[in-house]
Amino acid sequence: MDPFDLGPHAGFIVASYIVTFGTMAALIVWVLVDRARQLAALKELEEQGIARASARRDKS
Amino acid sequence: MAIWDYANPTRFLRLVEIILPWLIAACAAAFAVGLYKSFFMAPEDYQQGDTVRIMFIHVPAAWLAMMCYSIMAISSLGTLVWKHPLADVSAKAAAPIGAALTFTCLVTGALWGKPMWGTYWVWDARLTSVLVLFIMYLGLMALWRTMEDPIKAGKAAAILTLVGALNLPIIKFSVDWWNTLHQPASVIRLDGPTIHPDMLVPLLVMALAFTLLFFVLHLMAMRNEVLRRRVRAMRMRAASVAAPATARATAQPAE
Repeated sequence: MDPFDLGPHAGFIVASYIVTFGTMAALIVWVLVDRARQLAALKELEEQGIARASARRDKS
Repeated sequence: MAIWDYANPTRFLRLVEIILPWLIAACAAAFAVGLYKSFFMAPEDYQQGDTVRIMFIHVPAAWLAMMCYSIMAISSLGTLVWKHPLADVSAKAAAPIGAALTFTCLVTGALWGKPMWGTYWVWDARLTSVLVLFIMYLGLMALWRTMEDPIKAGKAAAILTLVGALNLPIIKFSVDWWNTLHQPASVIRLDGPTIHPDMLVPLLVMALAFTLLFFVLHLMAMRNEVLRRRVRAMRMRAASVAAPATARATAQPAE
C-alpha cells in the first residue's frame, strides 16, 4: 500500500488532517501564550512589592 | 493520598510540573505510532477506500469531545456538592479544549460525509446533537466571561453544565433511537467491536494519543487558570491597599 496515494478523495483526507492538527496546534499555542501572559503579570505585581496572602503566611 | 490533598493549588502546581513531561512524551510517542499505523499499516476499506483514514481522527475527536463534557459535568458536581477549590478551575479549563475537539469532529465528519454520503451536512439526530454540544461549549465559555467573580461564574456554569449533560446520552444513542445517515456504534458495543483488528488497532492507538493530548492541554490550562486567579487576587489586594490611602488623602481638609 502506498501511503502517498490516497485515491480520488485525497483532498478530503488531507483537509481533515490539516484541520485537526491545525486546531490542536492552535490550542497548544493558546495555552503557552496564556501561561506566558499570566507569568508576566505575576512578575510585574511581585516587582511592585505585592505578595500573595499565602506567600506572606509561608514567610512568617 | 485523597483528592482533597490537591485542594491546595500550590501542591497541585507542583504535581503538574512532575507529571507533564511524562505525559507529553507519551502523547508524542502515541501520535507517532498511531499515525504510522493509520497510513502505513491500516488497509483501505472495501467500500470507502482511503477515506476510511478520516476515521482515525474523526472518531477519537468525537469520543474526546464527549469525555471532555463528562469531565466538566463531574467537575460541576465537585463545585456544587463538594465545593472542591479546583473543580471549577477544571471545568473552566476544559471548555475551550472540548469546543476545539467538537469543532474537529464536526469538520472531519463533514469532510468524510461529502464523498461517502454525497453531502457535507444533514439535520439528523447524531449530527444535530453534536452541533448542540458545540454550542453548549461556546455558551459556557461565554458565561464564564460575563461574570467578574470566578466563584459566582463557576457556580452558574456548573448548573448549566449539568443541564447540558442531558445531551450526552442523546448523542450516544441517537443512532439507535432514530433513523440517521450516521452509522451505528461499531467499537463500543455490548457484543464487541465490528471493525477488523487491522483498522481497530490504529483507531485505538490514535484514541489513546488524543486522550493523552487532552490531559496535557487540560493540566496546562488548569495551571494557567490557577495563575490567573493568583494575579486577580494580588490585583485586588493592591487595590484594597491603595483605596484607603486615597480616601485618607481626599478626606484631609484643604489648607
